[in-house]
Amino acid sequence: MMPSGVFNTRPQQDMAIVRTRAQWLLLAAALIFLVTLGLYLPQEWVVWLIMVGIYTVAALGIHIMTGLCGQFSMGQAAFMALGAYTTAFLAGSHGWSPWLTLPLSGLVAGLGGLVFGIPALRIKGFYLVLTTIAAQFVIMWAIRQPDWLGETYGLDVPAISIGGAALKDAQFWWLTLGVAAVMLFLAKNIQRTATGRKFVAVRDNDLAAEVMGINLFRTKLLAFFIGCFFAGIAGWLWAHHLLRINPDLFTFSLSLWFLAMIIIGGMGSTAGVVMGAGVIMLVDKLVPRLSPVLADAFPSLGYQIPAALSLILFALVVILFILIEPKGLYHRLQRIKLYYRLNPFSY
Amino acid sequence: MTEQTPRPVELKVENLDLSFGGVKALDSLSFEVVRGQIMGIIGPNGAGKTSTLNCINGFYRAQHGEIYFQDKRITRLRPDSIAKLGISRTFQNIQLYTGLNVVDNLMAARHFLFKSTWVEGALYYGRTHREEVEHRWAVEHIIDFLELERWRKSVVGTLPYGIRKRIDLGRALAQEPKLLLLDEPMAGMNVEEKEDMARFILDVQEEKGITIVLIEHDMGVVMDITDKIVVLDFGRKIAEGPPDVVNKDPVVIKAYLGEQAASPV
Repeated sequence: MMPSGVFNTRPQQDMAIVRTRAQWLLLAAALIFLVTLGLYLPQEWVVWLIMVGIYTVAALGIHIMTGLCGQFSMGQAAFMALGAYTTAFLAGSHGWSPWLTLPLSGLVAGLGGLVFGIPALRIKGFYLVLTTIAAQFVIMWAIRQPDWLGETYGLDVPAISIGGAALKDAQFWWLTLGVAAVMLFLAKNIQRTATGRKFVAVRDNDLAAEVMGINLFRTKLLAFFIGCFFAGIAGWLWAHHLLRINPDLFTFSLSLWFLAMIIIGGMGSTAGVVMGAGVIMLVDKLVPRLSPVLADAFPSLGYQIPAALSLILFALVVILFILIEPKGLYHRLQRIKLYYRLNPFSY
Repeated sequence: MTEQTPRPVELKVENLDLSFGGVKALDSLSFEVVRGQIMGIIGPNGAGKTSTLNCINGFYRAQHGEIYFQDKRITRLRPDSIAKLGISRTFQNIQLYTGLNVVDNLMAARHFLFKSTWVEGALYYGRTHREEVEHRWAVEHIIDFLELERWRKSVVGTLPYGIRKRIDLGRALAQEPKLLLLDEPMAGMNVEEKEDMARFILDVQEEKGITIVLIEHDMGVVMDITDKIVVLDFGRKIAEGPPDVVNKDPVVIKAYLGEQAASPV
């Protein structure tokens, strides 16, 4: 719903992402705020922001594959690993420029997505979920083979440097913010143009989509390619943030987290992905602080239960969202906005 | 409608055979549809009416026989290629994209009229914006034509049945077809909704000059708006001709309207 007094008279207005002057100002203010966060926040929280940015990019890929096209993917962490190892191999071992490996990481992950997307032609639902779980384990198994990449355990990744100096955490946050903003823009554009409508058509009614002339196979493959491309870009960011990567980073549970992020944020909205990533990362950040407190308060619990609390709480958050807010945070935000626009009239 | 000059044949079906296992759905079915006409297909349940439409738009593969659309053989083409040639359809049990609003449902139907690639779309660069605006106007004209303005931004999953039927027609029209296949466009509607739908169908034929193949059970509607009727029974064509002739055909009355209706209605 539009703010009072704002009407669409031309399609151009209806299609714009940012519609009013107030929204432009808010967007600019938000960006400036996020940039300055890098200067004032303690290092620990800057690193947290970087991780939110990286996970947002990967979750955007899931948003395109699952949220828009309805193709469940549980191997997103493995496709991140493909991107991360591409840059570790080319920029680390062969001395390529990290700026050159940025698109290459995305492409390699995207091509990997194409390979594992092929079964989507024939199978859907739970069976497709199983094949994407297989993707997770097959890719990670391949990466662990020592004779391919030289070392089983970990590869060094060079730091990104601009003007000769390696980026510090705050500067890396700006880089992450920039990449995440560009990826958000791309995802939003895909969603609002012909490609996004094709994806949703396949998700909502693949039979009708086929009769209406949508080539199901190509559309599903394209969704896998784009989704995994995003994962590759996220992997590139993560690799250059950590400076050393190993196969244990890209776990199956991380893949599940990405799925949880779009469920919590709200399936099918790009803004929701950011919110979902933020909420999940906040749970992840705060629970380790909670567990020593709990262990002190209830010594009878011992130390195992508070340590496992993170996973328990994570599961709890997802379950609560599915029960109470199945449409996600973004939908709730819209409802709140609607309430205040209509207040005090209920119509 | 009386013909002065012979008009070209838009759709030609020749000796179509379709069987599922031992069940013969269509048995050497042949008919022609002249450009600009409304042709009705009637017949009892299970007579093969929907199967005929599914064969025409490539959803089923007939075992024998050929289908020609504007003298082009389309028998072996995939559904998406056939849609691109200009054949679109509506469904008996509505098959809309329930999560999209009315505008996006119609926009999604026009996907093959967009020339910009997905990369251009992702960057929102070049012709993407111009095309989006251009097609949005075309969609708005169809919304206007079918009087759907009120529901333009409603998610179709939440709309009532009669409206969704109309959106289904709108989505078929959004593909700018030359031939429109309507599978029971009035099933489950009340009299007013049926009258509206009949008016829209006649408007489509007259204003847009689209050839229509129509399946309908309501005999009153079929007799009123069609130019020609093909009657099917157990996959075979048992009668063909103008409504007033078919209406009086004793074979049709026996097979379709039942023994009791043999006296004039």
